[in-house]
Amino acid sequence: MPDDSARRAEAGADLTLTSVTKTFGGFTAVDSLDLVVEQGRFFALLGPSGCGKTTTLRMVAGLEEPTSGTITIAGSDITRLKPYKRPVNTVFQNYALFPHLDIEENVAFGLRRRGVKDVKKQVDDMLELVELGGFAKRRPTQLSGGQQQRVALARALINRPQVLLLDEPLGALDLKLRRQMQIELKRIQTEVGITFVHVTHDQEEAMTMADTIAVMNKGVIEQMGPPAELYDQPATTFVSNFLGQSNLVRAEVLGRTGEEVVVDAYGNKLGAPAARARRSQGTVWVGVRPEKVFLAGAGSEPRDGSNLLSGGVVSDVSFIGVSTQYLVRMPWEQELTVFEQNSGAREAFSTGTHVDLHWSPAHTFLLDADQDAHAGDETYAQLVAEANA
Amino acid sequence: MSVAQAGAAAGGRVGARGGSMASGDAPTPRRRRSRTGYYLLLPGMLWLVLFFAVPTVQLVATSLYDPNGSLDTGYAMTWSFGNYLDALADYREPFLRSLAYAASATVLALLLAYPLAYAIAFKAGRWKNLMLVLVIAPFFTSFLVRTLAWKSILSDNGIVVSTLQALHILGPDGRLLATSVAVITGLTYNFLPFMVLPLYASLEKIDLRLIEAAKDLYADGFTAFRKITLPLSMPGVVAGTLLTFIPAAGDYINTKLLGSPAQNMIGNVIDNLFLVQLNYPIAAACSVILMVAIVLMVLVYVRRAGTEELV
Amino acid sequence: MSSLQRTGRWVSDHLIMAIAIVVLLYMFLPIFFVVLMSFNEPASKLSYEFDAFTLDNWLNPCQQKGMCASVVTSLQIGFLATLGATVLGTLVAFALVRHRFRGRSATSLLIFLPMATPEVVMGSSLLALFSSAGLAGSLGFWSILVAHIMFCLSFVVVTVKARLAGLDVNYEQAAMDLYANEWQTYWRITFPLVFPGILAAALLSFSLSFDDFIVTNFNHGNTITFPMYVWGAAQRGIPPQVNVVGTVMFLLALTLVLGGSVFQRRRPA
Repeated sequence: MPDDSARRAEAGADLTLTSVTKTFGGFTAVDSLDLVVEQGRFFALLGPSGCGKTTTLRMVAGLEEPTSGTITIAGSDITRLKPYKRPVNTVFQNYALFPHLDIEENVAFGLRRRGVKDVKKQVDDMLELVELGGFAKRRPTQLSGGQQQRVALARALINRPQVLLLDEPLGALDLKLRRQMQIELKRIQTEVGITFVHVTHDQEEAMTMADTIAVMNKGVIEQMGPPAELYDQPATTFVSNFLGQSNLVRAEVLGRTGEEVVVDAYGNKLGAPAARARRSQGTVWVGVRPEKVFLAGAGSEPRDGSNLLSGGVVSDVSFIGVSTQYLVRMPWEQELTVFEQNSGAREAFSTGTHVDLHWSPAHTFLLDADQDAHAGDETYAQLVAEANA
Repeated sequence: MSVAQAGAAAGGRVGARGGSMASGDAPTPRRRRSRTGYYLLLPGMLWLVLFFAVPTVQLVATSLYDPNGSLDTGYAMTWSFGNYLDALADYREPFLRSLAYAASATVLALLLAYPLAYAIAFKAGRWKNLMLVLVIAPFFTSFLVRTLAWKSILSDNGIVVSTLQALHILGPDGRLLATSVAVITGLTYNFLPFMVLPLYASLEKIDLRLIEAAKDLYADGFTAFRKITLPLSMPGVVAGTLLTFIPAAGDYINTKLLGSPAQNMIGNVIDNLFLVQLNYPIAAACSVILMVAIVLMVLVYVRRAGTEELV
Repeated sequence: MSSLQRTGRWVSDHLIMAIAIVVLLYMFLPIFFVVLMSFNEPASKLSYEFDAFTLDNWLNPCQQKGMCASVVTSLQIGFLATLGATVLGTLVAFALVRHRFRGRSATSLLIFLPMATPEVVMGSSLLALFSSAGLAGSLGFWSILVAHIMFCLSFVVVTVKARLAGLDVNYEQAAMDLYANEWQTYWRITFPLVFPGILAAALLSFSLSFDDFIVTNFNHGNTITFPMYVWGAAQRGIPPQVNVVGTVMFLLALTLVLGGSVFQRRRPA
């Protein structure tokens, strides 16, 4: 449809990475990455530091050259093009505002290099968009972190790139400001319609802002899809631990009956939908999100069809305001996490109480037991590091 | 703190800061693998090779020439290592005196410079830049003019001598000029900025929280200084000492203006041999001996006190 | 805290600063004398004491034969040496910080050595070179200039390098991201941001050159620079106008440096 394609052409372009690899000496930062970012999307590259997400971004920007593979925008190959020849702009992590130029010149920089003579109107409009009208004559050092970040955004956006790259732009801001900017960025992206590729290590940020998330780990994409899909049906232990938290219990697959896979976890029979089982034979991790689990006093009647893990003892109770976090020690020495919303329906359990855990089988997912149950769990990694220090 | 940076800090203080921001995960600058590097280096390095490296080699060669030649008749290369023995025999006293004077001046400079550098780094607050400018400012007057001013200050009828005579530190006919005291005073004075600036640079880098932590752990002010500040300022001490000792050892202006032939330093000897006696081989031998002595002392000192990259 | 303790604390807090100020005064003592003596009317040619006050020296600064000429010579050499050393040194600094090449440690050593070598050795070795090349008779303006560029170069390299190395590479990447090619990036971003370092290097270079005596003395032929004039005059009798030049130099440089600081504070770059 002619209307649609015209709108599509204006609203940014498809970004495609095909088998993109980057090695530094002996170290592989990005390993044969395949990625398609649809035009007009807000796309997040999420992962811990060192996973290769920033390197990937820089390759799209042209600041690094891929060792192999191709990058195309709207069909044209930009892999070997210099940064100043690409229809791509970047918002840098520490903003990189030119200290010797004022805000107006900073924002107008890209326009001027492309020969645009009369920049004033465009600069003023763009500053209005990021709510910094009237700041044109100030210097970067006179601005706060949040203001600098908005200038950096304006400076990139004003050039109407086909793809806008954001390299952890909110990292240096405090929590409240960050939340505010997340909403702002999403609003601007929707308004302007440009393809945004946002690199971050903050999973909450990615889930809030992005239409599509790609979780990266050690140079590869572990899973890619809408936030809800990644959260509800993680494909690997890494994703299950990196996005939110998961309880992973070792179990043996007993068999499959139609739509359901039945497993045995330390004597407890549990069921999971076959559609949510990444593995349906041998040893698996039974996964369930802490907020999907209910605690009941030991021996109380479970609802029909629930998955049940009995024999737990509450070992820690943390009141978080919105919810209460329980740690429950199971007979096989594993501590499982349960979040219960403080809806006021019931008194909190106390430490030492014997409890049963139950949840709906529909919320269960099964993962390959060969994968490390602590992959992507940054709290655990930190504890290990401290213990070894 | 590199030795050279400290020296350049003498003039570079005003321009050397700024231009950088807090770097988060900023990638380190990639060095380009083209041949541009060589082209950029070529003119400057060629200049240094031609007018520094080659002359130094030539100096060593000259020191081995036949001392019986002359500028008119030319010198024959006779590998006369004997020149060195002659030089050492004839000029042992000025050599040792140079090293002694330079060492004294360095120690005095350190004693004077440390409190000053410390004050600028920790106690100056908003006067910091002004004080730094004041440290460098005397540097701008001609070295010779400054030294001549000392001649006025230490003159026989001047206030310093009169005061010292009144206090009976000097006898009624006592002088300061034409004594070692005057020469060492001049040396100390002239190289003081070279001691202050590296010390300052090194002290400024010390995180004050370290000292606070020490005090929190029951160290009193002096112990905190001894155990925290002093060791951390060592790179500055090393740099400053080298930048003072080396030029001081080779100086001869202070002796000429403030001293007498009795205080002759090796620099005077070399100057005399080259320009007056025109005895190039022996003069070159003296120069090389001076150079070697300095290099040796620097190596020993640096190995014991530690240092970071040179440039 | 008892008042004795409080006094003790006050003393120790301020002792360091007090000593520092005493040292600073000591450093300025000769300057004070230079300024003072510039108003001096010496009783005799070889007098180093303040005999009588006069403004004559300031009104007729060029009265003494040869002094003003030597100042002009020093200025000329200073200007050219600064130009040469700054250009060559800046190129080297860029190579060291931004480019890869073999022989990095040898290069670093060669740059470091002139700063660590006593001037006596450098000056005399240059003389040795010139004379073995048969140029002993033609020493003069150019030989001094060559020597000055040589020893200023290292200081320029170190000063510019310090500034350049501290320059965040993100600025240049941002510029290229915003459609500036290499040339434009250099002139619009890199150069303006390094410039304060280059300027500082140039000033340092000039003062090293203007003030140099020892190396110049060995290679000067018949050309007289200001320090050489002073040296010669020290034997024959110092004209008080020498102190006028000293005072002017001091005030000029002080103004430049203070002005630079104020300017920088006004326009943070």
